[in-house]
Amino acid sequence: MKRKSSSLVLIPFAIITTILMGFPFFWMLLSSFKSNSELFSWPPKILPSSITFEHYVDAISTFRFGRYFFNSVIVAVLSMLINVFFCSLAGYAFACLEFPYKKLFFVLILATMIIPVQITLIPTFLLVKNLPLCGGNDIFGRGGTGLLNTHIGLAVPHIMTAFGVFMMRQFYSQFPNGLLEAARIDGAREFAIFFEIFLPLSKPGLSALAIFTFTETWNDFLWPLVITRTDKMRTIQLGLEIFKGRFVNDWGPLMAATVISSIPIIVVFILFQKQFMSMSLTSGMK
Amino acid sequence: MYKRIARTALIFILPVFIYNIAFRIYPIIYSLYLSFTKFSGLGTPKFVGMKNFQSLILDKEFWLSMLRTMQFSAEVLPANMLLSLLLALLINRKMFGISLVRSICYLPVITPMVAASVIWTWIYDPNVGILNFVLNLFGVGSVNFLGNMSTALHSIVMMRVWRGVGWNMIVYLAGLQSIPKEVYEAASIDGANSLEKFVRVTLPLLRPVHMYVLLVGLVSTLQTFTEVYVMTQGGPINSTTVVGLLIYKTAFDYMDMGYASAMSFVVGTIIMLASILAMSRRREVAM
Repeated sequence: MKRKSSSLVLIPFAIITTILMGFPFFWMLLSSFKSNSELFSWPPKILPSSITFEHYVDAISTFRFGRYFFNSVIVAVLSMLINVFFCSLAGYAFACLEFPYKKLFFVLILATMIIPVQITLIPTFLLVKNLPLCGGNDIFGRGGTGLLNTHIGLAVPHIMTAFGVFMMRQFYSQFPNGLLEAARIDGAREFAIFFEIFLPLSKPGLSALAIFTFTETWNDFLWPLVITRTDKMRTIQLGLEIFKGRFVNDWGPLMAATVISSIPIIVVFILFQKQFMSMSLTSGMK
Repeated sequence: MYKRIARTALIFILPVFIYNIAFRIYPIIYSLYLSFTKFSGLGTPKFVGMKNFQSLILDKEFWLSMLRTMQFSAEVLPANMLLSLLLALLINRKMFGISLVRSICYLPVITPMVAASVIWTWIYDPNVGILNFVLNLFGVGSVNFLGNMSTALHSIVMMRVWRGVGWNMIVYLAGLQSIPKEVYEAASIDGANSLEKFVRVTLPLLRPVHMYVLLVGLVSTLQTFTEVYVMTQGGPINSTTVVGLLIYKTAFDYMDMGYASAMSFVVGTIIMLASILAMSRRREVAM
């Protein structure tokens, strides 16, 4: 009896929260498929009477969304590959290998997680701009624009992150000690132990970090805003913001553009929901 | 043998170590140096001593933006914690369709901030926005949510709460699931009803989680930038200019990087303190 009364409260509560939480998202989707007359009708219509793709055509043809999308894909994939590779190397070393000052090195790297973007933003901008021998710079980093306005420059804050090292260390510390010992007794060389034994067994850890890095990079806004100079280097997030400024109140194409900008993340989320949610426990520092 | 292992390990950590020195540690030191200079981003920084910090103390715009940021955090965090705890209690039940509820509540967390901001600007639209339609249904006149000084900040708060509860929900859920069943059984034997159990057992045992969620939330709300930049650009009349936006504008619009660094140091110190506290709590939460 008691169980019943509590579910009488719970079920409506569950339904209402789901509707409220999901509404903005579905409103975006629905709006992007409505014709203009329905989009701006008052009272508003929840469901479109017929589905139209005109806003998508509009958004893609008036803006260089293809280019922005491409830039975001390049930068996110680049960051993902570099971050996963180097963080798994370091994470493995911290978890499985013995070396002098291990604790100190680890704490130093971990401590960088607390540094907020406000503090690093200006120096990192100057550093990327004045990197010697890049983008027309001389050996002292003067004269050119360094890595500003390049794909590598856009990826810089997302490669070799302390969080990645932390995550991969956690991952490798779950491996049994015997694995490493057995490989050593068999005479395997240290590099081979990692690349031929541990790395092939690391799929869950690597994919979790890959998803995380991809999402962070794809969603990043402040860094691309600071370092891109030309239209052809803009990422999709920047493109959407500019689109919003130009197409004030032209909500159809704007919603279509918003859908386009979040599609990869939504797809990744649907495929890897479990990883996302368990990651929210490890991440914290966002 | 040991030498070889150590050498391998050092090779493995070297790239990450160099990167973090160059792009995390060095920037802190450089930023501290810049805060004592006048620098437009071109040429060489000119040393001006304490001048930036002296101006900062008297800078009304800066302190107002700090206050606004604090207000933003003070509104987002309690709402966020309350709602996410309720959601966690809900999804902790084994019920048909509960995983769908969980996914939908988590969806806003991964939605890109720019996209979320654009969606909410559309919902808030003063003429054709759905929220105003709902208000009209209840006999309330239309509100220009983002265009009005008295509502703009709260409107961004609401969007931010929507976007953040899913994350906290998962953390609270883990907290709830770590409470041993025996504790509840013991409470039942002592004759506690479900409300008493919640107030006397669940809430106090979740204390480390409350602190953790609060501190992580503080760290992230103090760095607020994107949603304000996209939704209001800090307006109307600076009513939503949070400190993250002010630092950005000072550095990259007014090209006053020395002064912006001084500002970022003041805010950054607070954020780092909160981060350290949050990290030390993380162990208690056992995640």
